[in-house]
Amino acid sequence: MPLDSPELILSYLSSARFFTAAAMTLLISLCALAGGMVSGLVLALLQESRFGPLRLLAVAYLWLFRGTPVLFQLIFVFNVLPSFGVVLSGFACAVIALSLNEGAYMAEIMRSGIRAVGPGQRQAARALGMTEPAVMRWVVIPQALRMIVPPIGNQFIGMLKLSALVSVIAVEELLLVANQTASSNFRYLEALSAAGIYYLGLTTLFMLLQAFVERKLARRGRAAPRQGWTQWLLGATADAGRVR
Amino acid sequence: MSDASPPPVLKAEAIHKSYGPLAVLRGVDLSVGRGECLCIVGPSGSGKSTLLRCLNLLEPVGDGRITFEGRDILRARRAEAPAIRQRIGMVFQNFELFRHLSARDNIALAPIRTKGEDPARARARADALLRKVYLPEKGDAYPDELSGGQQQRVAIARALAMDPVLMLYDEPTSALDPETVGEVLQVMGELAEEGMTSVVVTHEMGFARRAATRVIFMDGGVVVHAAPPAAFFDPAAPKPERLSRFLGRLEH
Repeated sequence: MPLDSPELILSYLSSARFFTAAAMTLLISLCALAGGMVSGLVLALLQESRFGPLRLLAVAYLWLFRGTPVLFQLIFVFNVLPSFGVVLSGFACAVIALSLNEGAYMAEIMRSGIRAVGPGQRQAARALGMTEPAVMRWVVIPQALRMIVPPIGNQFIGMLKLSALVSVIAVEELLLVANQTASSNFRYLEALSAAGIYYLGLTTLFMLLQAFVERKLARRGRAAPRQGWTQWLLGATADAGRVR
Repeated sequence: MSDASPPPVLKAEAIHKSYGPLAVLRGVDLSVGRGECLCIVGPSGSGKSTLLRCLNLLEPVGDGRITFEGRDILRARRAEAPAIRQRIGMVFQNFELFRHLSARDNIALAPIRTKGEDPARARARADALLRKVYLPEKGDAYPDELSGGQQQRVAIARALAMDPVLMLYDEPTSALDPETVGEVLQVMGELAEEGMTSVVVTHEMGFARRAATRVIFMDGGVVVHAAPPAAFFDPAAPKPERLSRFLGRLEH
């Protein structure tokens, strides 16, 4: 390892170019997650629908988006939409493709959350005279949400890493910038290390955020079940300082 | 001019209901007058709870007629069911309080979200109802922090918040620890005394004896016997053999 490596890594880390790239990675991830949660919720509700054709629509969607690689979907959106006259920026294509793909996975999580709210809760809400949409909105979804915080946190972290794929459609995110930087001076170790440190920083941030949200929800009523050792560890260390 | 009694709050006629080949209700007739407290007893599997769920349309009914507030609600459109249920309170065996809401918000939720009641007013009303069920200090408590008996009393308050004309209780004390059964029965008894029309599916014969205006014995999906509590529990009064056996079993 050349002697000036640490210095070079530090200069990359503090450069505007890397910082902007990291911000782009974060922005794409957040947008795609938001989009994924919305499409996932819609899909989950379609799947739970009493109306057969709607369920079929949801199944077709899942089949399509889980049956093809996300890299393929990304390239498809970027290269095929323009031939239909829809010209979007690389960023927009990235968010659209990742959102649509994420929705297919988020749907399953949302559905498990909705299912975990017992039929008795719905029945009680119905018995009070609430309409089906009101039962969903005020009784089922709020309870489902806190149950799906841990798996959604994992999806957040997964999305940060997945976003590296959009480097293939020329979006200036972390991996692309690191690659471009390195190809100009062949200092791959330094450029990729800087990118790696940014990725770790972001994923760590998300894990902490997840633990925070879980604890906030747990304090209000029923505790959300913890999932994964990272969450457990973060939760456990945080709990240790709390007087019960 | 005539000796016709006032029309019943709810009248069910020839209710049939099957789960596949299994007939659960085989022609049940039932009528609840204003201010009545009707207790339904019978062995488990006799169709009592199913009948109760049919009365507020939580269960689809195979055949029959249910007259409530002057109309046959089995012929009502599906979209009308919520409005009908707003008029009928229901209390469940397992309380089914909304676990993400405090006791106060459990009670205020339906008035706010179905009647568009002002949230501050609905919560003030919830506090008044909590006092009525002897839980004045539990407004901020979440269901997990309450005992079974307390949860069930909040559930009763939640049903009352919709100003129902009829209360249905589905084995309200069956899931409770014995020491909390009394507090729930007390609240139910007080409501009945105040004239709240109620139908109670229960195994608490003491409550039926004390609070009921009429006791109904169901077995095998039909009403076998109906009588005022004094006659119902009188060992000397003539009654069907199935009922004698049922009551005999309870004494052991």
